[in-house]
Parts: sequence; structure tokens; C-alpha cells
Amino acid sequence: MSAEDPEPEPAREDVVTHDPEATDDSESAKSPPVTVDGLSVSFGDLDAVSAVDVTVERGSFVGLIGPNGAGKTTVLRAIKGTIDSDAGTVRLDGDPIAALSAREAGRRVASVPQDTGLSFDFRVRHVVEMGRTPHLGRFDGHDADDVAAVDEAMAAAGVARFGDRSVTEVSGGERQRVLLARALAQETPALVLDEPTASLDVNHAVAAMELVRGLVDDGRAAIAAIHDLDMAARYCDRVVLLVDGQVRAEGPPTDVLDADAVRRTFGAEAFVGRNPATGTPSVTAFPRSNAEPRRLHVVGTGLAAARVTGRLSAAGHDLSLGVVPEGDVAAVVGRDAGATVVTVPPFAGIDPEPRAAARELAAAAGAAVVVGDAHDTPGVADAADAADTVVEVPADVDAADILAAVPGGAEGSAVGSDAPGE
Amino acid sequence: MRVWRRTAGWSAALAAALTVAIVVSAGIGPVRIPPADVLKIVLNATVVPSGIEFGTWGTGALAVPRPGVAYRSPFTFPVADVHERIVLRIRLPRILLAALVGFALAAAGTVMQGFFRNPMADPSIIGVSSGAAVGAVGFIVFPVALSTTLTLPLVGAVDVGLSHGAGVSLFAFVGALLAAFGVYAIATRHGRTPVATLLLAGVAVQTFLGAVISYLQLRAGESLRRIVAWLMGHLQGAAWSEVAAVGAVVPPLFIMLLLYARDLNVLLLGEEEARGLGVAVERTKRLLLAASALITAAGVAFAGVIGFVGLIVPHMLRLVVGPDHRILLPTAALAGGTFLVAADTVARSGAAELPVGVVTAAVGAPFFVYLLTNREVHEL
Repeated sequence: MSAEDPEPEPAREDVVTHDPEATDDSESAKSPPVTVDGLSVSFGDLDAVSAVDVTVERGSFVGLIGPNGAGKTTVLRAIKGTIDSDAGTVRLDGDPIAALSAREAGRRVASVPQDTGLSFDFRVRHVVEMGRTPHLGRFDGHDADDVAAVDEAMAAAGVARFGDRSVTEVSGGERQRVLLARALAQETPALVLDEPTASLDVNHAVAAMELVRGLVDDGRAAIAAIHDLDMAARYCDRVVLLVDGQVRAEGPPTDVLDADAVRRTFGAEAFVGRNPATGTPSVTAFPRSNAEPRRLHVVGTGLAAARVTGRLSAAGHDLSLGVVPEGDVAAVVGRDAGATVVTVPPFAGIDPEPRAAARELAAAAGAAVVVGDAHDTPGVADAADAADTVVEVPADVDAADILAAVPGGAEGSAVGSDAPGE
Repeated sequence: MRVWRRTAGWSAALAAALTVAIVVSAGIGPVRIPPADVLKIVLNATVVPSGIEFGTWGTGALAVPRPGVAYRSPFTFPVADVHERIVLRIRLPRILLAALVGFALAAAGTVMQGFFRNPMADPSIIGVSSGAAVGAVGFIVFPVALSTTLTLPLVGAVDVGLSHGAGVSLFAFVGALLAAFGVYAIATRHGRTPVATLLLAGVAVQTFLGAVISYLQLRAGESLRRIVAWLMGHLQGAAWSEVAAVGAVVPPLFIMLLLYARDLNVLLLGEEEARGLGVAVERTKRLLLAASALITAAGVAFAGVIGFVGLIVPHMLRLVVGPDHRILLPTAALAGGTFLVAADTVARSGAAELPVGVVTAAVGAPFFVYLLTNREVHEL
């Protein structure tokens, strides 16, 4: 029906890395909190999403990623029941959402909107109390359970401190947390978040994601549209890559987020490395260069060589690297870039064997790129001698100049066997 | 809980204010009557059931005994007969009608402002007032006899139908509902009624009906004065039957609106949000629209187009009690009743009687400007 990648069986619990006893046994035996099955939605002639399948299990945090207009928000709206689908079903706890009353749906899924018209002078606590709406009958007041749920939600989201302030007075970050608290007060098994960190500073963004992560670890299911790929990689168990309204890839972030996927779907050249502080994939995007992919050998060490390697890799070049000391940042980046890296133990001399390996790789490459003063280092530079063409780039080379320096690197660039002026 | 305490407190205070306004207003006029006397007259007029009595129903051969409840008044304060007649027959029906109409318009205005999330919304926004005006003016210009005398066998001659005044009200009421329904039908597609479309449809329909009213006025001839009086709002000549009619419609609808106060709060967050919070948005909107249209129609049908009550009073009360409709709706309604009673008292206590709509607009507009410039009422 569509060009989507084969999707893993929904039943297969991909990455539930969490404490199993956090989820109630009888609960986990039930259907997943959210199942989207063959969802298609169109706005007039425009197909917003087509044949999208997503399952969010208990204790699982799914990130919806993809370029603008890929249909992330549409999928979320379908899960919230605020949009009519043309085909397919959304199930909440196994029941089709179309068969559920708004009240019943409101007890199964709560949403944190990206932006809301909270321009009314409601007190923060009152906004959180609105989260209890699906639990209240028309004639009910708030009983002790409701009050407890509101108190708990406000404490969890860290908004209890300013519960009596007007929502119009609190900052954007605080407001986002108020909305999160409101969703928590709904006490639903599933949470839907649309760009939960879009308006937050780095501290509050992490705090919000940690909070959601904690809720998921306690057994809830969460699905979020996330633009920040690093954030998605860091906090989500699975990511679903949407492109043009279709699922292009799905799986753990490390499987889905590679340079190729980012290039194909976002149209940007990307280097996908590993964030040294978190160990999760970290995406760095560059503007598109339309470089013709070449086989290149990078000679150099340290940050400068790492930078050159990252940029060349993002442009799609097939790289090899060496000789570099093991553990050198250039070696790490080279491996993340999928390059063949010739390493030697640090603080030791370079044996003839790796030296020969590096020469071999350089000879096979279309050109050797010598970064900074690498040619002054004995044993490192002789790899370059083996290459047909040698390009020298200074250590502080500009990201754009890296590509221009490489033969046929960037469009319209002249063949340059000279390094840009030093 | 805290909300209900606040609601009860504010409502009690405003109900007291309304009562005071009614009593004081009943004493004001060409003949001044002290408030104490007004109270005595009202107490004298209150009755309690005292027993069963038998009358007859029907005439002639068909007369049948009819059981009924006999009433008596527990109070017999000595008051002047004339005063009693002035208060009970002339002033009180008019004042109570003003209170009910003000109550209805302010309640509908509060709901409409919340519903449309628009501070300029008032009860007439969905075409109710224009529709009522077309109905009333049309009937005034082209009166149709709504009463006839039927001669029935055995019973004899029976008058059936409506008086001219009641006919105007009936046509106004029907016109109001037709206009509101028309606006709703225009704005509804595939079972959804976006409020922005509704607003624009309301403007379009109001403009069109305005043209119809202008045309009817051109054709009016003799009856132009009465048309103008109706269009500016009028409460003079109010009868107990009118009070009873409005009184039968307004309170039940108001209670219904009150039951939806929480949903109205949630709707303020936006419709998608409201749906996510478990509000059946389209159904709730339909219900709120229908109830507001009915409650407004009941008001304007008997009092004509009275502007600004439904616009100003909700804003005033929002400044005082905040945006929570559970408190705002009852307080605004009570304040609306008080406001219109006061405005009508001013309207009728001058040398020449003014249409009450002139007073509400003359007082309301400057006050609105004041709110706009000093109290930041650019938002709900």
C-alpha cells in the first residue's frame, strides 16, 4: 500500500528496559495504551499521513521524528481524537477511539500541547484541575480523589510552588510544566506530547524530558513529536521516523538515527556521532553540498582531524583514517562515521604494520586529506605519500572550505591539490 | 469546594443587591413610595395556599365543577390602595421584566464571550437580536390578525389567539430563533461548527437582516415610532403575563448553562484542548448555542434590542471574580438584572421617558471605554 519500511510486530517489545514490577501485571496483560493501525488522514487533496502504524506499549517512550510537515502532529491529533481519519484505526487500550466518548477518551490519553491559548486569567491550580474534567460527572464537584490527583500532578511537574499565580503571569517554561501537570492530573495510561521542549530552555527541556521519562518508567506510555533529534535519541525507547506522512523507519534511536537516514529524510547532510556525555546518538546537521561521493583518506589527529572527518562524512564521502592514536577524538569520530580507522596504542611509536595499513588505505583512496601540521609528524605523514593526490587543509579550516578543498568536493569547486592559503 | 463557597458568597451578595434595586426602583416614579411600603405591599400580595375550593369550568350546559386551591395572604399591612395598585400593576411587572431580561442578556453574553473566546461577543452575535427585530418590525408593519372569535356549539363565542403586543413578541421570538438557526446552519459543515465561521456567518446575517429592517422602516409609515421604540429597547407597559412568559423560559435555561460552566472553562483553552480533556465539543457547542439563543430570544422578544448589557456586565464581573464561569456566570447574570433594573429606573424617572436601550448604551459605552483604557480588558 505504501512505501513504508516493514514494521516490527507490535507485540514484540523492542526496548522495554524498565523495571517490570513498576507496571501492574494485570495492566500489562491488556492491550497497548495506544495502537495506530494503518492510519491515513488527508486534508482536501493533501495526504497528511498515509498507512501509519505506531504502537506505544506501557513503559515505552516513543518519539515521532521527521522533517516539518511530515505528519507528526497529525498522528498525535489522531491519537487525541481531534481529527477524523480517512482510513485506519486508532485504538486506546484496545478500543477504537471512534467508538469512545470524548470523556472516555479523555480518561485514556492526555495531551500536552505545543502551544495553547492560555491567555485567560486562570490560576495555575485551576488549569491543572481542568485535567480532572473527564473524571467528573455533570453534577460532581471535586472530591478528595480529585484534589489528591491535582496535588500529586502539581508536585510531580514542579508547579505547586506557584499554584496560586495566574497562568498569564508565569514564564513559558513554567507554563509548559503547568500543561504537563494538567495532563498528569488526567491520570491516563497514555501521554501525548507535541514538541514538549520546543519553548523550553536547555535546563527546563531536560527537566521536562526527565519527568516524562520517569512517568514512563513507572509504567505509562508516552508518545512525543520531537524536533530535537539528540533529545529523542537520549530519552526515547523507540523512534518513528515519519517522512511525507509515511513511516520511513522505526526502532531504537541508535538503529534509526544514522547519517544516511537524516540525509534522505531531512535533506540535510548530517554527521551522527555519539554524545560523549550521554553516550546516545548526537546529530549534527550541515547544509547540503551536493558533493560527489569520493573515497578519501584523512591524515591527522585531534579535534582538527575529527572536524574534517565529520564534515566529509556528512557530505557522503567514503573515508578512511590513519594513523591515529587509539582513543583520539579523530579515531572516535572516524568510527562513528563508519570509516576504516588505523589506530596505534597512544604514547607508543608507530609500528611498521599499521603504517603499511594506512599507506594501503591512502593508496586506495582518490585523495589524501592532510589536516594541519600532520605532515610534520614522522610516521603519520608517510601515509599521505602513498596517495595519488594530496590535499592539505589547515587545522582551523572553515567547515565550508573543507569540502571545497577536496577534489570534486563541492559543486563547482576547482580541483585543488593546493591547500587553501595558510 | 472553595469555588462553590465563593460562588455562593458572591451570588448571595449580588442577589441582595438585586433585591434592593428592585425595592428601591419600585418606589421611584411620579409617585414616590418609601421602600418600606413597597416591602409591605409585596408581602401583602404574597399568598399561601389555604385550602381547596370548588369553582366551575366551562359555561352553560357544559359547566363542570372544578376543584382549585384557595389562597390567602398571611400579611395585611395597612398601605395606601393607590400605592398598592401602582406597585403591583405598573411598576413591579416592569421591574421584574427588566431584572429577568438583564439576567438573561448578561448570562447569554457571558456564555458567548467564553464560547467565541472573543471579548466583543455579545448575545446578539449569532443574529438573535437582528432576527427578533425583523420579526417584530415585520409584524408591526404588516400586522396579521392573530386573534379571532370562534363560535363553538354549546360553548358559545370564545376568543382565541393573541393580542397585538403578544404577537410582536411571538414574531420577535420566532425571528430570533430562525436567525440563530440560520447562522448555525450556514457555519456548520460536516457536523462541525468552527467558531470563527460562526462569528463571520453571524456578521453576514446581521448585516442582511439590518438591510431588511431598514427597508421595513421605509415602508412603515404610521408605525415608525413604534418600530424605533422597539428597536431601542422598551420595557414600558410590561404585563405580568410577559413576566411569567420570560420567567418560565429564563431560569431553566440558565440552570442548564450553569451545568455547563465547567465545560465553558475548558472550551476557553481551545476546542482541541477541550476535546482532549473529555468535552464532547460539538455537542456542547450546539447546546450552549441553542440555550443562549433561546434565553436571549426570550429577553429581546419582550424588551426589544437592549444593547451593552450582555457585553459590559460580563466584563465587569470578570474583573471582579475572574474568568471561572462557575462563579462568573451566576454573578454576571445577577449583576445584569441589577444593571437593567437601575438603567430602566433612570430611563423612566426623567421628565420624558427614554427607551432603556438608550440608557444602557449611554452608560455602558463610556464605561466600556474606561475598562478598555484603564483596566486592560483587551482580553477575556
